[in-house]
Amino acid sequence: MRRFALIAVPYIWLLALFLVPFLIVFKISLSDIALARPPYMPQFSWADGVWDFLSQLDLENFTFLASDDLYWKAYLSSLKIALTSTVITLFVAYPIAYGMARAPQEWRPTLMMLVILPFWTSFLIRVYSWMGILSNEGFLNQFLLGIGAISEPLTILNTNSAVYIGIVYTYLPFMILPIYAALDRLDASLIEAAEDLGCSRLQAFWLVTIPLSKNGIIAGSFLVFIPALGEFVIPSLLGGSGTLMIGKVLWEEFFNNRDWPVASAVAVVLLLILIIPIVLFQRNQQKQSEEES
Amino acid sequence: MQKKLLTLTATVALATSAAVAEEVRVYNWSDYIDEALLEKFEAETGIELIYDVFDSNEVLETKMLAGGSGYDVVVPTGTFLQRQIQIGAFQKLDKSKLSNLGNMWDVIEKRTASYDPGNEYSINYMWGTTGIGVNLGKVAEVLGENAPVGSLALIFDPANMEKLSECGVHFLDAPTEMVPAALAYAGMDPDGKDADSMAKAEEVLMAVRPHIQKFHSSEYINALANGDICVAFGWSGDILQARDRAAEAENGVEIAYNAPSEGALMWFDQMAVPVDAPNPEGAHKFLDFIMDAQNMAAASNYVYYANGNKASQEFLVEDVIGDTAIYPDAAALENLYTVTPFPPSEQRTLTRLWTKIKSGT
Repeated sequence: MRRFALIAVPYIWLLALFLVPFLIVFKISLSDIALARPPYMPQFSWADGVWDFLSQLDLENFTFLASDDLYWKAYLSSLKIALTSTVITLFVAYPIAYGMARAPQEWRPTLMMLVILPFWTSFLIRVYSWMGILSNEGFLNQFLLGIGAISEPLTILNTNSAVYIGIVYTYLPFMILPIYAALDRLDASLIEAAEDLGCSRLQAFWLVTIPLSKNGIIAGSFLVFIPALGEFVIPSLLGGSGTLMIGKVLWEEFFNNRDWPVASAVAVVLLLILIIPIVLFQRNQQKQSEEES
Repeated sequence: MQKKLLTLTATVALATSAAVAEEVRVYNWSDYIDEALLEKFEAETGIELIYDVFDSNEVLETKMLAGGSGYDVVVPTGTFLQRQIQIGAFQKLDKSKLSNLGNMWDVIEKRTASYDPGNEYSINYMWGTTGIGVNLGKVAEVLGENAPVGSLALIFDPANMEKLSECGVHFLDAPTEMVPAALAYAGMDPDGKDADSMAKAEEVLMAVRPHIQKFHSSEYINALANGDICVAFGWSGDILQARDRAAEAENGVEIAYNAPSEGALMWFDQMAVPVDAPNPEGAHKFLDFIMDAQNMAAASNYVYYANGNKASQEFLVEDVIGDTAIYPDAAALENLYTVTPFPPSEQRTLTRLWTKIKSGT
């Protein structure tokens, strides 16, 4: 019984915070737009009967998504931005995490603190300050003009580059922390052994350190990739008119068109895009651990 | 259960503070009031005022559609108000509680009645035009002294825009403002919603889109004032606020506002009370407070928008009442047009067009 209760907790969590909201969104995605409050039909009522209610639902909104190239272009462009920024974040984060793991024991809590410190300021304020840094009259351009590195201010704000900078900056700690956790646990004698057996330092890093921190890298990449894919705040504040991301498309369906059913369909498809690779990855992990044992 | 819950809330409320009095929650546009008025309202009525802001009708409308916004007073623009009345988002005003209603200006009331028949659900807060804000120095530098700063050709002629893109142009992120302007430039009915009109608007806007730095509905105030951009197509009072901020900062930036000579969109922001407002009583008190001639004048003097309050006019400063960009004279009034809301199917075409213009897809 106690074991059952223990297992039940995460399942209840999943049910209440994931499955139920998902079903609500899924239901709206099968409804039709209406001039009402809330703006879709049918609304569920026990009086009309469940069957009557279900018969009014259809997949029209999903076929609509397929009929306009806007949606798949936005999905692709979001995938590209999310993937690229995950890779950049990884390359920035790995040396930092590595340095932290190799730092003297007594420094580590301080270094850890420094990584977490930005969270003490609101996310929105930090993105806004990037607007101040990157704008044409901003700190970065003033500085570069000042030292004579450029003669014309660089246009960074309101372009995709600013979106990449924003995403990498915002999600960097989510990449550093899992990699650091993996590297911290790494047994230093394994590297010594590799070097004793004739590995160069680089080879030891490539053949021992990287594979042993693989789990940290994967966890960090998921933590960056998943929120970056649906990101709305960063592209709308730092991005320009050419930045096409699914989060913005979703916002427009919801707010400008007042078309909650289509907006929900966009969200359901986004979820599927995220869930499929995660499930495949999970399968793969399971298989591997079974083979190992 | 309900009773128990009520007692519980009551106890908690009592426990936290005996002085927790009434609250009124107001949801208004950003940079749209003299904040001293908010304190004055609290001091006069003893009601605690919670004041939140938004910068697009779409955000407000979504809250109204969802219901349970928790706001007592909201300020949609006429065209949006009309649709929200249709879906039953607002309650009729109790005019017996609005002692200052006699202050309102019949000229404006007549126009707002086309959105809210009989003005039963709303009172006019401010009205204005949508037009062109320019940084005079920078525009003259790029286009020469004879730049057409008072014409839509400034922002819709690709030759001008190509040069202006060097110093930055912002457009409102509001298709319901930009499409009528594009149609006015093309010499068509700005209220046109048929396929031909949409195709023409697309043609005009697509020709200049590569030269637009950003579509945004509030950033341009600061961007103009700081000299970050040189042209913005935006709301009259916002641009005049930018002009004032630049003058105060003494940064050498000189901003001017012009209602386009081809015709300018006239809009009305209306105060209304949501049907599920927690404190409709307090909402009416707030509306009555705003309709007080001196209060309304203070708001207009601060934000540089005209209001629909006749009695307030004697308290307006010359800068506001004497400026034809704010209170147009008879000739300028001729040049203003109004539009009607988009029905759902045309709305989808409009939004799709807007996405295409913004993202190129």
